[in-house]
Amino acid sequence: MSQAKVGIVVFPGSNCDHDAYFVFKDILKVDTKFLWHKEGNIEDRNIIILPGGFSYGDYLRCGAIASFSNILKDITSFAKKGGIVIGICNGFQVLCETGLLPGVLLRNDNLKFVCKTVSLKVENNKSIFTYKYGVKEDINIPVAHGEGNYYCEENVLQELIAKNQILFSYNDNPNGSIHNIAGIQNESRNILGMMPHPERASDIKLGNTDGLRLLQGVVESII
Amino acid sequence: MYKVKVTVTLRKTILDPQGKTVEHSLHSLGYTGISGTRIGKYIEFFIEADSEDKVKLTADEACKKLLSNPVMEDYTFIIEKV
Repeated sequence: MSQAKVGIVVFPGSNCDHDAYFVFKDILKVDTKFLWHKEGNIEDRNIIILPGGFSYGDYLRCGAIASFSNILKDITSFAKKGGIVIGICNGFQVLCETGLLPGVLLRNDNLKFVCKTVSLKVENNKSIFTYKYGVKEDINIPVAHGEGNYYCEENVLQELIAKNQILFSYNDNPNGSIHNIAGIQNESRNILGMMPHPERASDIKLGNTDGLRLLQGVVESII
Repeated sequence: MYKVKVTVTLRKTILDPQGKTVEHSLHSLGYTGISGTRIGKYIEFFIEADSEDKVKLTADEACKKLLSNPVMEDYTFIIEKV
């Protein structure tokens, strides 16, 4: 059995925390716990999930207020030591605001909230997040966001490309993100940020399990 | 006591689709001479301090740390003694 101990961070306004909890606890059957942001302590957890939602109502900028919460200090030092952190949707926005990932998520270029299943390409399958996929494999994962338009400076983009940090790209870009980016990892390869929701494509009863291999792969990487 | 008025806008190099849409609407109302419409945020607050220099320092720090994200935004502020 995997030694994975998953911590799902909960902010006021998080709303995909229970979906993530369900997948880890009930489908992957691993030790899973919610972590309330104020506690500022990630305890014995070895995988941290920053779930989707609208932390602090997206006030000021999406993810901005959450990035200054107590628990993020702990997560930052955990991540700097190589701990695995996955930010999904709002979690991705929080990681960018914290500076754990480069760039920022802008308003979708068509100004619309987009909520649908999209086709993604696995750009790099040599990561703890994507090794269960084929390289250039097309997978279907739902998105639901109004601010998922990934943007970074040209030199940062070139670095992301050169260092194989782009893990997922959109086959049909729904938000205007630069280089069709849907998900990236940090340079040290232990932090993933992505707009699509793998936890919403993990239960066979919902008809699509393309996201499960990501979460399962991460769990199985903990020995 | 000082009042600080902060304006945050998307950086010039970043496309502002909201601004574009608003400008389009302005043009259709007949204001065809209007260009370069950008939408931003206005934030105001008060600071208790003994000099304007200190207010400037604090306001600048607050803008850098929280009120704007330098990857996508620029900020300016004005200070008024109240």
